[in-house]
Amino acid sequence: MGKRIIVDPITRIEGHLRIEVEVSKGKVKNAWSSGQMFRGIETILKGRDPRDAHHFVQRSCGVCTYVHALASVRAVEAAAGVTIPPNARLIRNLLHAAQFQHDHIVHFYHLHALDWVDIVSALKADPKKTATLSENVSNAPWGGSAYYKEVQQRLQTFVDSGQLGPFNNAYWGHPAYKLPPEANLMASAHYIEALRLQAKSAKMHAIFGGKNPHLQSLVVGGITSVRDLNPDRIFQFLHIWKETQKFIEDVYIPDLLAVASFYKEWGAIGGTGNFLAYGDWPSGEKEPDTFMIPRGRVMNRDLTKVLDVDQEKITEDVQHGWYAEGDPKHPFSGVTDPMTEGIKYEPGDKSRFLFWKTETGKYSWIKAPRYESEAYEVGPLARVLVAYAKGNKAVQDVVNSTLKKLDIPADALFSTLGRTAARGLESVLIGGVMDDWVMELVENIRNGDTATYQPWEMPDEGMGYGLNDVPRGALGHWIEIKDKKIKNYQYVVPSTWNLGPRR
Amino acid sequence: MEPMEKNRDFYEKLEKKGVSRRDFMKYCSFLTATMGLSASYVPKVAEVFAAPKQRPPVVWLHFGECTGCTEGVLRSMYPWIDELVLDILDITYHETIMAAAGHQAEENLHNAVKNHAGKFICVVEGSIPTKYEQYGMIGGRSFLEIARDVCPRAAATICIGTCSAFGGIPAASPNPGGYKGIGDALGIKTLNLPGCPTNPVNLVGTVVNYLLMGKLPALDNLGRPLFAYGKTIHDQCPRRSHFENEEFVEEFGSEEAKLGYCLYKVGCKGPETYNNCAVAKFHGGTSWPIQAGHPCMGCSEPNFWDTMTPFYEEM
Repeated sequence: MGKRIIVDPITRIEGHLRIEVEVSKGKVKNAWSSGQMFRGIETILKGRDPRDAHHFVQRSCGVCTYVHALASVRAVEAAAGVTIPPNARLIRNLLHAAQFQHDHIVHFYHLHALDWVDIVSALKADPKKTATLSENVSNAPWGGSAYYKEVQQRLQTFVDSGQLGPFNNAYWGHPAYKLPPEANLMASAHYIEALRLQAKSAKMHAIFGGKNPHLQSLVVGGITSVRDLNPDRIFQFLHIWKETQKFIEDVYIPDLLAVASFYKEWGAIGGTGNFLAYGDWPSGEKEPDTFMIPRGRVMNRDLTKVLDVDQEKITEDVQHGWYAEGDPKHPFSGVTDPMTEGIKYEPGDKSRFLFWKTETGKYSWIKAPRYESEAYEVGPLARVLVAYAKGNKAVQDVVNSTLKKLDIPADALFSTLGRTAARGLESVLIGGVMDDWVMELVENIRNGDTATYQPWEMPDEGMGYGLNDVPRGALGHWIEIKDKKIKNYQYVVPSTWNLGPRR
Repeated sequence: MEPMEKNRDFYEKLEKKGVSRRDFMKYCSFLTATMGLSASYVPKVAEVFAAPKQRPPVVWLHFGECTGCTEGVLRSMYPWIDELVLDILDITYHETIMAAAGHQAEENLHNAVKNHAGKFICVVEGSIPTKYEQYGMIGGRSFLEIARDVCPRAAATICIGTCSAFGGIPAASPNPGGYKGIGDALGIKTLNLPGCPTNPVNLVGTVVNYLLMGKLPALDNLGRPLFAYGKTIHDQCPRRSHFENEEFVEEFGSEEAKLGYCLYKVGCKGPETYNNCAVAKFHGGTSWPIQAGHPCMGCSEPNFWDTMTPFYEEM
């Protein structure tokens, strides 16, 4: 029997996750991923007004704010047969893309970077050499030895205080950290700069959404921030967009490449086989045909063909979830029936060598989503691979040039390194089209089109779904309306695809 | 170091960061006003930000929540979040930003509570399942067990967000897990900063008040600081004159909506909601829901998911 390692809580995520692995000869032999919290929003939604659903579901995640609200209004609009006006589509697209810009920056710098960047080692760096390094690899607007000296001094004061706060008790100095002190200092400085940038960047949401997190301008039928469609606000949005996009291009991507060049072995670690993308950003009424990021599936790493996506083939299984027993169900007939007693954490028999049992019982609040019984990875890598395999030229160009720059084989895409790179690369592409949408919006307003809402009637009955691709991956919401109320509401979120249990 | 000299130093540092002394004092005035203090406190507020010797320890717990309140605080623009983390507070435990995970994280919590017993500020985000404790677990302990262990040993427990304050969304009917706010679940007094999410200005205001006066601000009968929750949205709403003139939006996207009329008839809950959104706004005064043309949904009131819904129906 291998060594058993439990990591609980997993930090730098939203929510409560426990990971348990069995390691044998340096390899993971078996693993259990366990969602540790149940709130029951699907249950709470039953019997409520479908127009209210997006406010409830937006509270699924405050890091990935907006995206659940968007999926929800899309689902209700589908059920009620509402087509929103072009301006509403453009504003929603802009808010959605702004969420990608923001979320990917936070993911790289604040959620992920501390696994690659040794902040304490930054104290040993030579500020002069750091300035040279920064000039060579980055287009960051800050730099110079005085700047790095000051950042280092600030970190030194912090460390000397003996109050390490959130940086206490980590693996600082561990040989798995590969960056030299100068790269650590540069990255630490950018960690701090990114903290400020993300606060500014979220203002884009405030302009057309009232606030962030948990925007409050979406309604079924369109958007409400009609008074913000004026030159002043639009210019302000554009200004912040530009600062954010410049950060992505001039700081994030160079940092990503610099870090990646020291961690190339991660190009062979952490890969999966199947990839699912719903795609997003409609440029017209027809979905998904007009999506900028395409919908599709890649199976068994085979990039020579992209398979279609039929939402009817999606099911969720509860065999290893703390729910009442039942067959795998499509979300339209999905059931969320949590256990109320006998909730035991059963990640497999630890004494199996004695009894030859490998049975794994119930061990997670996450259901197990499957597409035709297969597990899929969703997220930046899935989107990039599907677009790449579909022949999207922009995606192929950035992916190929990145592989070349890092001097790694195409196979390295199927890995932690590939996933991290995909997140950065798609930020450039998605953020890069936002100014075009702003101009389209300006053009509409100039032509006297200020419609942001389509009046509609709640049907007595109806069924609809909204499929988005959001920073963490493919997101789907399914609603059934009866007597103008929610009869059933189910959603299958990216982290259930990526972190759900076995089946 | 003389106070004057210390201050000069501080402003020099600020200017290096691209913040002018004038902007800084403007912010301190804003915060002082938000807290309902007289102008004579402005320089004292500034002092609080001038990097204290011993940063006050904070233990931030996450229970049944969405991390939206943490994200809100990450958007703090003055002080910036990096100043809160590196220069002002000692955030010893915070699952969303801390480097440590698993048993190292648990150890940090244990040590913080032990070493700073009676002195740390406990900030809680999220509510607690009390009917089925196993609905919320961290490191093998239930939320309830952790809260019972940590909160009573804090100098004060600040509940950020409507979930920790009053139960929030997991406690919405039929409340599948029997979720409760921290005060209810533990039977203790907490300082409550409800909101979904809470405006970071109100957390900063509360913390500055604490550092400045050595005590928590004055509270209403629901444990909410009066400086932030003393008046209704309606009483501070810039659209109030439209209400008085009976100029209402009856459909989104309409001419009335474009004119910025009152949102009462499309469901605004401003008359029954105590909060300072209209005055403080979000993101350095960029906007707030009613400015974005959407009715207030009453998100800082207890049980608003039940008492304020349907959101789009007139009260």
